[in-house]
Amino acid sequence: MKFGIIVFPGSNCDQDCVHVLKDVLGQPTVALWHQDTSLKGCDAIVLPGGFSYGDYLRTGAVARFSPIMGAVTSFARDGGLVIGICNGFQILLEAGLLPGAMLRNIGLQFICKFVTLRVERTETPFTNRFSPGQVVRMPIAHNEGRYTVDPKTLREIGGQVVFRYCDAGGQLVDSANPNGSTDCIAGLTNRAGNVLGLMPHPERASEPELGSSDGRLVFESMLEALVHA
Amino acid sequence: MPDLALLKRLAKSHNLTQENYAHIVEVLGRQPTLTEVGIFGVSWSEHCSYGSSKPYLKLFPTKGKRILVPAGKENAGVVDIGDGIAVAFKVESHNHPSAVEPVQGAATGVGGIIRDIFTMGARPIALLDSLRFGALNGNPRTRFLLEGVVKGIADYGNAVGVPTTGGEIIFEKTYAENPLVNVLCIGVLPKRTIAHAAARGVGNPVLYVGSSTGRDGLGGASFASRELSEGSDADRPAVQIGDPFTEKCLIEATLEALATGDVVGIQDMGAAGLTCSTCETATRGGCGIEIDVLKVPRREEGMTPYEVMLSESQERMLLIVKRGKEARVKKLFAKWGLNAVEIGRVTNDGRMRVKEGETAVADIPASALTDDAPVYRRPVKKPRYLAKAQRLLVRRLPEPKDYTAALVTLLGAPTIASKAYVYEQYDHMVQTNTVVLPGRADATVLRLKGKSKLLAATTSGNGRYCYLDPYQGGALAVAEAARNLACVGARPLAVTDCLNFGSPEDPRIMWQFKGCVRGIADACRAFDTPVTGGNVSFYNESPRGAIDPTPVIGMIGTITFQPLTANFKDEGDAILLLGETREELGGSEYLATIHGRKAGKPPRVDLKAERALQEFMVEAASRGLVKSAHDCSDGGLAVAIAESCIMDEAHLIGATAQFGVRNSEFGIKAGQSKIQNPKFAWMHSCSASPPDASWSAARGITWNWWSTWPGVTACPPP
Repeated sequence: MKFGIIVFPGSNCDQDCVHVLKDVLGQPTVALWHQDTSLKGCDAIVLPGGFSYGDYLRTGAVARFSPIMGAVTSFARDGGLVIGICNGFQILLEAGLLPGAMLRNIGLQFICKFVTLRVERTETPFTNRFSPGQVVRMPIAHNEGRYTVDPKTLREIGGQVVFRYCDAGGQLVDSANPNGSTDCIAGLTNRAGNVLGLMPHPERASEPELGSSDGRLVFESMLEALVHA
Repeated sequence: MPDLALLKRLAKSHNLTQENYAHIVEVLGRQPTLTEVGIFGVSWSEHCSYGSSKPYLKLFPTKGKRILVPAGKENAGVVDIGDGIAVAFKVESHNHPSAVEPVQGAATGVGGIIRDIFTMGARPIALLDSLRFGALNGNPRTRFLLEGVVKGIADYGNAVGVPTTGGEIIFEKTYAENPLVNVLCIGVLPKRTIAHAAARGVGNPVLYVGSSTGRDGLGGASFASRELSEGSDADRPAVQIGDPFTEKCLIEATLEALATGDVVGIQDMGAAGLTCSTCETATRGGCGIEIDVLKVPRREEGMTPYEVMLSESQERMLLIVKRGKEARVKKLFAKWGLNAVEIGRVTNDGRMRVKEGETAVADIPASALTDDAPVYRRPVKKPRYLAKAQRLLVRRLPEPKDYTAALVTLLGAPTIASKAYVYEQYDHMVQTNTVVLPGRADATVLRLKGKSKLLAATTSGNGRYCYLDPYQGGALAVAEAARNLACVGARPLAVTDCLNFGSPEDPRIMWQFKGCVRGIADACRAFDTPVTGGNVSFYNESPRGAIDPTPVIGMIGTITFQPLTANFKDEGDAILLLGETREELGGSEYLATIHGRKAGKPPRVDLKAERALQEFMVEAASRGLVKSAHDCSDGGLAVAIAESCIMDEAHLIGATAQFGVRNSEFGIKAGQSKIQNPKFAWMHSCSASPPDASWSAARGITWNWWSTWPGVTACPPP
């Protein structure tokens, strides 16, 4: 399966994603430049983490206007698999492909550390290799990861939430919600289920020597979904 | 021709002496122009020319079979680590800017050192910061500086995508007015593709790439800019503004350009911007350079040649490209949205010639600004404070009434306490190479994707020790850096250093400087770790006086097996103390925190024994005899044991131990101990049997096996 990693100026996790998909999972992987307008026949698209265009305005606010985003949007509307990690998630929000918005972390500081997440749904193309309620470890690294959404939309998207910040026992407690996200939301899909945005970095948790390989299951789930599509 | 009085005033504002001025006239064979005075001023400044330190830096060992680029030849030293891989690394200070404006001061410090590394053709893979601040309690300014510096490092490093994986932070009164911000960057590259900072090939075009040039960084010569720009905006910030987004694009574009093979020479525009980059590349290439300042991309109107040549705007580079290939290189930079403009060419006459259109504004022999810059033999005098400061009668010190309370106080001392508040603000995992996370071991460990070898790095430096005995303090900094590496299982390879001192015009400071340099040089010889470069930062003073002399040692090494971490692993493991423990409390954190004293002599360092100990340590680790290792550093043995118990929050563990020199007893939990400062000791937790006694004894290593005490216990500390 061919994966395309979008490279915006300022992306800095693009090569990490290439490494996992190509070197760890052995999949054909191409980098797609932000000024391209074609996805070059990719089966799945990754919007990587980083600081696209410096994120001097609002995270992802400029990147959503990149020429490539037109192709990504059509691809997503047609049911193609799109995953946005960290800055990629922020871009998907700005592009309107996912509901909600990001605020600065509740502590007003950048946070980089391993967190524990509860897998809320396993019937999605991104989580079919997890077990329901499984508690997994992945790192976060962001300044603006406080997921926010109005109460009405929150009720509507309840079934779209895929990952929630939790403690080691799987409990949703404030002390385990690192950035103050609404309802402990760490990642969610669109209504159709083919677009996922998440703040934690699965590509940083895909090899045991880095302290966790739980994140690898996200990419393996995508492979599984593509093979059986 | 400007009048002589103005020229001399300008010279004075650049700290050029009358002798310097006469020297300039002699070199040029005429009176200098305003621009030339500025160019000489910054080139001959202590910061750029190393005029006071050069004679001493020669003491460092700089050669070795692994050294691919020795100290001083390029923007950073390069070391061969085997398997075809080379490592470029360097540490640099940004102390003064950080004292004035901590966020931007620290941020541009990060940006500057990263440029030094990718200028070598290396991809930057890690940053380490060695920071010093005043005492935290009661001084709101220290907090302001700490928060600002950490934010600056985070803002820049996180956005540029280079992980900040290690370093150290020490809080000590002496740094209250003058914090230290030393940043070390490590980059990797294939051994065969090292880039050079030399201008070669007469007629080759000189390209300016990156950000445009503004008046930032001219604050140091504010008098001059006021005089010269005739009443234009004079209140320029002295500190440059960093733009990590542009730097990230510059990294990618530069590495792509270097990969084409079209780039002959490259240098970043750091201190003194265009001035240093042009005259240094010309000197190194043994040729000349001619540029036209009108072609330099600018972000402000009405800039004079003087201002353009001295601007320290960030994120800019100078490239010398093969004639005929410039279009291809320019296109690469355009792809990343960056300027790439031809501003001049390489000449054959060894001169640095600056024009403004058709008018010549500077014409100087390039080597007069670099290799032939003035060198000073500063007077040296042993300071008087030493005799009194070194006096310490340990037996007269009152022992703590409650040893547990003393330990808890030490563990809470800002220098010793957990630094999670700081390193969690840094992206320390981007690039997915961080195998040992911050706070888990004495050194940072990075993998090199696709290679079996791991790279370890650390920084170390103790101003208190150097204040009490510069020679010992310098040697101890190197020894501790090597010890940090040994504790993860790495063998040391090479050193970079940042020497932070007061004013070189004070003979007592020069005495400290000389002592530290000698100590570092001897220790580097003992560990076979050549010095590959670094930075000297003088004038770290405030009205209250100079800082404690603070050389910071950055050291890299390699590991060929699973690296060790410092936390105790399993209940029932034994704890082994390696090395000799002596009654040495001089300059210790214990003495400072509990008794409020900076006194005594630092621990003696026997470099030969230290090296043997470290080799033993690495060998034991490679044989799988050791599960964890931690060096006894600030706070000594008791703190080291406590840290190994509590380092992994998810896996708290206890320990019992018994050892003592003095009569008192003191429990970490049930055991007894004694606060001391054994600088040559480690503890390890071992799984089963101890390393064979005869093996270690044969190497002359002292070790204690606490067989009667169970060592690691299940129970977390109460």
